[in-house]
Amino acid sequence: MTTLTRKGPALDFTHGRVDLTHGGGGRAMAQLVEELFLAAFDNDLLRQRNDQACFAVEAGRMVMTTDGYVISPMFFPGGDIGSLAVHGTLNDVAMAGAAPMALSASFILEEGLPLADLRRIVLSMAAASMEAGVPIVTGDTKVVEKGKGDGLFISTTGIGRVPAGVEISGDRARPGDKILVSGTLGDHGVAVMSQRESLGFETTLHSDSAALHRLVAGMVAAVPGIHCLRDPTRGGLAATLNELAAQSGVGMLIREAAIPLRPEVQGACELLGLDPLYVANEGKLIAICPPETAEALLAVMRAHPLGQNAALIGEVVADDHHFVQMETAFGGRRVVDWLAGEQLPRIC
Amino acid sequence: MKYIDEYRDGATARAIAAAIRAEADPAREYALMEFCGGHTHAISRYGIEDLLPAHVRMIHGPGCPVCVLPIGRVDGAIALARHPGLILCTYGDLLRVPGSGRTSLLKVKAEGADVRMVYSAADSLKIARDNPDRPVVFFAIGFETTTPPTALVLQQAKALGLRNFSVFCNHVLTPAAIASILESPEVRALGTVPLDGFIGPAHVSTVIGSRPYEYFAEEYQKPVVIAGFEPLDVLQAILMLVRQLNQGRFEVENEFSRAVTREGNGKAQAVVAEVFELRRRFEWRGLGQVPYSALRIKAPYADWDAEKRFDLPERSVPDVKACDCGAILRGLKKPADCRLFGKACTPESPMGSCMVSAEGACAAYWTYGRFRHAQQGTA
Repeated sequence: MTTLTRKGPALDFTHGRVDLTHGGGGRAMAQLVEELFLAAFDNDLLRQRNDQACFAVEAGRMVMTTDGYVISPMFFPGGDIGSLAVHGTLNDVAMAGAAPMALSASFILEEGLPLADLRRIVLSMAAASMEAGVPIVTGDTKVVEKGKGDGLFISTTGIGRVPAGVEISGDRARPGDKILVSGTLGDHGVAVMSQRESLGFETTLHSDSAALHRLVAGMVAAVPGIHCLRDPTRGGLAATLNELAAQSGVGMLIREAAIPLRPEVQGACELLGLDPLYVANEGKLIAICPPETAEALLAVMRAHPLGQNAALIGEVVADDHHFVQMETAFGGRRVVDWLAGEQLPRIC
Repeated sequence: MKYIDEYRDGATARAIAAAIRAEADPAREYALMEFCGGHTHAISRYGIEDLLPAHVRMIHGPGCPVCVLPIGRVDGAIALARHPGLILCTYGDLLRVPGSGRTSLLKVKAEGADVRMVYSAADSLKIARDNPDRPVVFFAIGFETTTPPTALVLQQAKALGLRNFSVFCNHVLTPAAIASILESPEVRALGTVPLDGFIGPAHVSTVIGSRPYEYFAEEYQKPVVIAGFEPLDVLQAILMLVRQLNQGRFEVENEFSRAVTREGNGKAQAVVAEVFELRRRFEWRGLGQVPYSALRIKAPYADWDAEKRFDLPERSVPDVKACDCGAILRGLKKPADCRLFGKACTPESPMGSCMVSAEGACAAYWTYGRFRHAQQGTA
């Protein structure tokens, strides 16, 4: 790679920290871009060093999505803000049934952020993008004064192509459709919570953060007629099913006993008084499909490593109130509502 | 999950529910109050009412510590939080409780006050030690379950000479509240209260034991069954109450024998007695002034009593007029009977305290049970 900056001392990734010059548009910024971002994300489009990436597109439908990542702590078991920023946006592209093509990344760095942390995060993003086979083709860096950011914020944008014949949208759920999840719920949220200092509990649990586009590619190839796909991130399964029910103008009925949960997640939720249905996931999806295709879809999901614990958890029903209801394992029935505010632990 | 699934088993539930249906006399009604919010939550979350016959009716009592906290005390906490430099620590549920003028701790936090959510009283002590030059107040609420931890941090603060720490004490007592329900104005007006028996508290009873309930079971001739917070505990307790009522007994029975003894936890009681004493009276939302129903910090600990350290005028603020929280907390009305329920008052924007905590009767109904009203065409 040719370099634009004059050779000087290399960035100190052991003891150095981000300062305001790294966002100032001068040599320090060029050096940071050169020695960190370009080196880590290296690809043809980025190497052109333009303010935009220019590439040819095929005919057909495309999707575009963007997401901001502000997670605290930045590092957690099973991932970090960098891998999350790649996986989360790839997944939003994939939830249209699309094959992701490219990502952009915008960094807002807080003055004082250790360069070692930044490097670790950027390398983790590069590894996630490499693993997913989707390049980061353009980006931006800004630095804000100390106290005006929480270490580091990342925004990523993704684009992708929708295969012909695939028509996936949150408003397509119909009464009679089956509801599937791709695996155990709540792993990410509990893993992150366990790292927050105020909680002080230990767990062997890892975040499920993962890119789902390959799983989705297999699913749409086997069942092009999938009606809805969505990843249950913030607000968990409960929020996602409520969104889909409202968008499609239907109700949903799920069975508690069929919902896959790890015992560690169940245990942590019991301790903290949280409901795992509301806890975030970063490597799971919900699929809604016509009943006659459910079995084939479930088989394809289970054949993929990211879907091996997939399960059929319920049905779409006609309901003017658009309620999501659950048959409890206990034998009763209840509403699974939107979350009011944040989920807070109970007192007694 | 081991030690949990056993208490949530659907087959056992159906068997107990069948026994309740078989044994409950169709010629009479069984109006049973679960005192604790923990029970209300379990009943709603597991759909227990679906398993009961129509003439066995559950009435949700005032045992949610967030719900019974009067507006005046929430205002007191908000005033503390606005004190320059002060760190106010409290349990998460309290952040959203509305005070006067639709403000709340969450809102003053957004305005810049330093309000921190803690998971235990001990966390607030740590915050005080980490911030020696700032006043730190623990906004303590709860029934007998959460009182011993508060007592312990007061003892520790005194032993450490931690002068920047204090406690805004709002701890309340369960037996006094149950007696107050049985002595409520309706009792004097109507000569009766529409309650046949009580499911007694789970966690509270691990501390105080089952003995404190014996007095009013005898005095008011109402059976009490102490039960755990798991759904099978609740169903089993309902069956035990039905049997007592069928047999004309008014006893204190203990379904939660895996955790509760007659005498309770002596060590916890001793710590509480060392640090706290009875208040002559305390205001409860929905119940009004209840004599000897709350605790205050004893004189030797006055330096760590936020009510003595800061100027907090005691004032009573009336509840929102149309709000039926009071009647709901006394078992006279169901949440859906309130004109505000689900309209002006929802968990996103609560008018009354029963809508705030997941344990509050209204929030539990709204969150888990409102499809029933919808199916009946009333919501």
